[in-house]
Amino acid sequence: MSFLDDPQVRRNVDRLPIEFDDYGFDRFGLSKKTLARAYSPMAFLYRHYLKVTAFGLENMPAQGRGLVIANHSGGIGADAAMIFTSLLLNDEAPRLGQGMAEYFLTKSPFAGPALRKLGHLTGLPEHGEQLLNDERLVVVFPEGARGAGKLYKDRYKLVRFGTGFMRLALKTGTPIIPCAFIGGEEAFPQLFHIKWLAKLVNGPFVPVAPQLIFFPLPVACQVYYGPQLRFDGDGSEPDHVIRQYVEEVRHVMERLISTGLDARPRAFMLERMPGPEKEQRR
Amino acid sequence: MKILITGISGTLARGVAYRLVRRGHQVIGIDRRPWPDVPEGVEMHQVDIRKRPAEDVFRISRPDALIHMATVTHFTTETEERYRINLGGTRKLFEYCHEYGVKQAVFAGRHTVYGATPDSPLYHTEDEPPLAGAAFKELADLVAADLYAGSALWRWPELNTAVLRLCYFLGPSRGGTLAGFLSKSRVPMVMGFDPLYQFMHEWDAEEAITLAVEKQLRGVFNVAGPSPVPLSTVCEATGKRAVAIPAPLYPAVLGRFGFPYLPDDAIAHVKYPIVIDNTAFVKATGFEPRYSAKQTMEGFRWN
Repeated sequence: MSFLDDPQVRRNVDRLPIEFDDYGFDRFGLSKKTLARAYSPMAFLYRHYLKVTAFGLENMPAQGRGLVIANHSGGIGADAAMIFTSLLLNDEAPRLGQGMAEYFLTKSPFAGPALRKLGHLTGLPEHGEQLLNDERLVVVFPEGARGAGKLYKDRYKLVRFGTGFMRLALKTGTPIIPCAFIGGEEAFPQLFHIKWLAKLVNGPFVPVAPQLIFFPLPVACQVYYGPQLRFDGDGSEPDHVIRQYVEEVRHVMERLISTGLDARPRAFMLERMPGPEKEQRR
Repeated sequence: MKILITGISGTLARGVAYRLVRRGHQVIGIDRRPWPDVPEGVEMHQVDIRKRPAEDVFRISRPDALIHMATVTHFTTETEERYRINLGGTRKLFEYCHEYGVKQAVFAGRHTVYGATPDSPLYHTEDEPPLAGAAFKELADLVAADLYAGSALWRWPELNTAVLRLCYFLGPSRGGTLAGFLSKSRVPMVMGFDPLYQFMHEWDAEEAITLAVEKQLRGVFNVAGPSPVPLSTVCEATGKRAVAIPAPLYPAVLGRFGFPYLPDDAIAHVKYPIVIDNTAFVKATGFEPRYSAKQTMEGFRWN
């Protein structure tokens, strides 16, 4: 481990409920060393730049499978990175959120192996199932790339949800933890997309924000985790049942988002929102 | 049990023969290649599986079980010959099995039949179609042989057929595909890629094949040992120098500058992983690998 590693990150990586082999890899190619290396700068951004406050981390299972369902925003994946960081920096029960990555990224040189070493596999239903059956915590953005590419004018409006996550949860008997990320839309307000460039690089979209670079503005962000949701079934239910379950999750998330939006004094907030632990101490 | 092993002079097959003899089975071997110091208890026939004398072995010796390991790869054999051995040979052997009342047939195939692609799930299960032939023409004959062997399950239901898809192996014999790739001091990697490689100790692979016969396995099974490790770690642990080469230059360096030779299509296998799920095999046989990835690689390094 290098001296550049963040001590809290290093400590929590060691505490993860994941089995690593002699070389520090798990059975999916996740690397302990890469985790510490990549999450250290993320922890810095989390604490000092995006000043993230996490609420409801007590809803996170300390071990065992779980499916975090979150809203996607802010084009460049800063929201995902901060959600993953909040899960790892949770000292009560550090968890590694494993995402379902865009195929465009996993097949590319450098990005593909890097994502794998961080535990993010190609977004295939089989991968979700394999990870959950291995008692991992999978983070899913059911809006997909459509959600990440939301323009600023559509901020915090949930677009169409995929239903795959619900069948996955039912099939594997996994609790769902709804999650709302607040601040992503302000940190990277997308004005428009460059369509021809997206086509050229074969990516889903290329967003343009006022800062003109692919880096978020220092807006304070918050993550809210709601209580675990469990649904009855085994994943073979007809579509209308699944869609009703998905609507329920979506509804819970909309409520979480509006709570989050109401809680912050203004949209472009630069100072950190006081966390739940401070309230408890009082 | 009287067990016939085809391709008995091969690396793994010899080990399987030793194991079976030690456990009190009667072993008959067929191979074109000689096995000069053939051990006691093994009856060796130096014949070609596609020729009449091979049928005579079935007819006269009447084996109870067949372990078919007489398949060849592009490393040793030309295309046309490969099709004749891998497909023609496999077909003949299964027909003999049917004709001469063999009860158990085990086909030792390879996990590479799944193909290395970026859009397939990491852990392949047996119900997935083997797609390697599409992108890697040198493997098409082995894919076909694998599927043909599997078709014996419905063609001749009374014959207990097991198709094994074994992952790479490493061991003191220094034989096998992966050992060949690691045979030189330098290992060519594709820049920006570091796929997971799944392998087991040679002795564990031999044990798995032996178990498949003894447990009278039926069906298609992935056979693997410890969890996969990235290729860069394989190089490090086996004391090889991994050299990252930009993808467009990759075919040009193969077989030159101290790099091993690979066909052009093999580049996918150095970019993307082939990893298999062995749950079904473990459940059916109780197989437990004795050697970890670390022991296997370090054993290979210092042997």
